[in-house]
Amino acid sequence: MLTLAHFLTLGAVLFCISVAGIFLNRRNVLILLMCIELMLLAVNINFVAFSRFLDNMDGQVFVFFILTVAAAEAAIGLAILVVLFRNRRSIDVEELSDLRG
Amino acid sequence: MPIIEIVFYLFGTILIASALSVVTVGNPIYAALFLVLSFFSAACIWLLLQAEFLAIVLVLVYVGAVMVLFLFVVMMLDVKAASIKQGLAGFLPVGLVVAFAMALQMFLVIWTRGLEAIPMPEPRPEGYSHTRELGELLYTDYLYAFEIAAVLLLVAIIAAIMLTHRDRPSTKKQDPSRQVRVKREERVRLVSMAAEKPAGGGEKGEGQS
Repeated sequence: MLTLAHFLTLGAVLFCISVAGIFLNRRNVLILLMCIELMLLAVNINFVAFSRFLDNMDGQVFVFFILTVAAAEAAIGLAILVVLFRNRRSIDVEELSDLRG
Repeated sequence: MPIIEIVFYLFGTILIASALSVVTVGNPIYAALFLVLSFFSAACIWLLLQAEFLAIVLVLVYVGAVMVLFLFVVMMLDVKAASIKQGLAGFLPVGLVVAFAMALQMFLVIWTRGLEAIPMPEPRPEGYSHTRELGELLYTDYLYAFEIAAVLLLVAIIAAIMLTHRDRPSTKKQDPSRQVRVKREERVRLVSMAAEKPAGGGEKGEGQS
């Protein structure tokens, strides 16, 4: 029988995979952005699951706004990435050490 | 096993497998395509949760717009120049430790707090419109948030254009402020010359013209 915990577990596994992906893909900003999209998807799965099981539509409105913000974030992130590549000819995170951080 | 569980486990497995492929495949084009697959599986899971409008929006907005944008950028950048697989092993242990610790914590919270006792609610009655419910909520209680989201998208459009726009010296364009500021002396040159032709040279001049 499917319960709320099943869907939350799915979201948690997806979130942990994307956290591990951020550690793994230190060489490529593009895949880092994709990992962030995956994280937002995991959060959205949790929102939709809670909304359905608690019978409260407010959670799905939040999913709507998260989708909006994620689309804006992807557009601006990719624009920054294009400018970065134009200036440095590289999208390697390890090489971005100009600020000595 | 009822059909709903089969669907859940099928699409959940595809979702997890494609997410794993996104983070491990290395090649950005394959990663983007696997991300499309994972969004699609997530949309099917949302359909299972009877969030039909959001599932369709996920497919339209993410698969249709955002992932195509990702693919455009992948094609525009010369990703072969960026070395991909190097250094992957260096951070693998740290990443695995962090991911497993987080997973353990979340599983402890999820499976010990009674959440597994909440069953799937009854299916919604026939004629129920999820889109209508969401729209009524969005245009009444969340109207201001909706408008702020619209402004946010506008800001994102302007920011993306401003960031990536560059002036090429070869393009011809007008500069209105220069056009307004122009003075008479810059455009008109008065030449003082005799009003009449010198006598005797007239016929020769006409023959040349």
